[in-house]
This record gives sequence, C-alpha cells and structure tokens, in this order.
Amino acid sequence: MSDVADRVKKIVVEHLGVEEEKVTENASFIDDLGADSLDTVELVMAFEEEFGIEIPDDAAETIQTFGDAVKFISEAS
Amino acid sequence: MFDLTGKTALITGASGGIGGEIARTLHAAGATVGLSGTRVEPLEALAAELGERTHVLPCNLSDFEAVDALPKQAIEAMGSVDILVNNAGITRDNLFMRMSHDEWQSVIDVNLTAAMKLCKGVLRGMMKSRWGRIVNISSVVGATGNPGQGNYSAAKAGLIGMSKSLAYEVASRGITVNAVAPGFITTAMTEKLTDDQKSSILGQVPAGRMGEPSEIAAAVLYLASPEAAYVTGTTLHVNGGMAML
Repeated sequence: MSDVADRVKKIVVEHLGVEEEKVTENASFIDDLGADSLDTVELVMAFEEEFGIEIPDDAAETIQTFGDAVKFISEAS
Repeated sequence: MFDLTGKTALITGASGGIGGEIARTLHAAGATVGLSGTRVEPLEALAAELGERTHVLPCNLSDFEAVDALPKQAIEAMGSVDILVNNAGITRDNLFMRMSHDEWQSVIDVNLTAAMKLCKGVLRGMMKSRWGRIVNISSVVGATGNPGQGNYSAAKAGLIGMSKSLAYEVASRGITVNAVAPGFITTAMTEKLTDDQKSSILGQVPAGRMGEPSEIAAAVLYLASPEAAYVTGTTLHVNGGMAML
C-alpha cells in the first residue's frame, strides 16, 4: 500500500473510530464506516491539513469512499 | 459566571451602539476581541478605550471579497475565533411597493449573506477545537414585521432560520448558534426617529421605555458563555415585552 493510502487510512481510523481492516478500497465513509455528512466534511479538512492541499467543495462531494480519497489526494499532491 | 478568559471574539458592527457595547462586555468578561466595522475611527477609539486584548479589523460587509477575508484576518490577529457575533446591520427603509431591487439586495447582502459567509469562515476552527459560539443579532421586526422594512425584516427573519439550521448541523461538535432579537434600543439608528414615532413605539412596550445597548450585550454574553452550552438554535428576545414570543 502506498504512503498516501497509509496516511489516509490512519486519519479515517482515528476520526471515525473504526477497525483498520474495515477501511478497504471500496468502503464508503457513510454507508460502511458509519460517518455522518459532517464527518465527511471533517475528514476532508483533515486530508487538506495532512497533505497540504486544498480540496474544493465540488471535488469533496465526489470523495465517497476510501479509494476515492486516496485517488484524489495522490493526483492532487 | 460567564468568564471568557482565553476566548477570542469577532464582533461585526463594533463601531455602532449595540456592537460597541457587546465588545465592551465580552472584553470585560476576559475575551480578546476583534472589532470589525466599516468606519475605522470609532473602532480605533473603542480599541484605545479597551486597551489590551483588542484588535481592529475594518471590513466593508457589502464587499464579499472583504467578507471572505475577515475570518482569516481575525484568526491571524487573535489565533482563533471562538465566538462570532454577527451584529452589523444596515437599513434602507421604503414602502414595499416603492422598494427598489437595490434597496432590497443591499440590506440582504449586508445583514444576511455577510453573516452566512462569516459563519462559514469561522466554523472550520470551531469544528476542530470542538467549541464555538455564534450569536446572530436579529431584531424583533424579524418576528413581527414592520411597515417600511420589508427588506430588513426579511433579512432579520432569515438570520433566525439560518441560525436554527446551522445549530442542527454543528451541535454535536460543541458549537452553539443562537440569535438575539432586540426590540427598540437607544442607538444612532433609533435616534433618527421623530418624537411622535418614539412615543407611539413606547406605547407598544410594556416596560414603558427603550432598551439600552448593555441589555443586548448581556444577552450576548450569556449565549457566548460556557454556561450556555446546552442552549442552541434559540432566539432570545430582549424587547421590554413588546412582542412576547
């Protein structure tokens, strides 16, 4: 697993309090990991800070799964 | 009680009667205050009066780029914004049938849209720190309406609806969002009224007098305090009984 994926996973595990094994490529933050819509906003904020990037609101809406997040951040940073 | 030591507060319209008093009251409770307003001179005079823990942050709220920049400037100056008081407001009264689009839009822009943008700008920090207080200064006319103030009462009612929706969204993060709705308060805005207008207004106020800015500031201090953590989405009416809502 890439460095980006590890760092994203760490944030997701810490923020949502879920088991690391559950954070899989296709795991949806809301449907599979128990996030509410505000959690997803906070996750995006945490990603922005961890990776020093800016994720615009329209892009943030497309980040639904762990895989989406890793893909977006890998391309942006 | 109501100790704001170590907290930072951004107050818009701090050059006006009510805003200035809100700033004085939060400052006296120990907060560091960011004084915002369009006119720099009264802000600097107030800053000089208050002394330390004071920052002057001029902003024209009809300029949305400046509005977007204000929370960043406040965070740079004070390190954070723990308390936001959206107090600034303008009036451009006219009979509804004569009201121009510009009279409508300018009041909505400054009194409602700027408040929304400032809320948005300070929420990130509040979400991270799991603590925040937003107090939006509405008006009794937002609840009762007032002839000649279709624009102003729409904006002030809008602030109440906005506060409630936002209160829902962020309650779980330790952030409260409330409104204070003043009745007739002695300020430059109400000094423009004629004696006849004033006496007819006072006829509708059971308390039989106008309110003082300090009586609004006390309500804001309460809602901004740690003690009011369980109060959110509400409107505190401070109007001498003029409208019992």
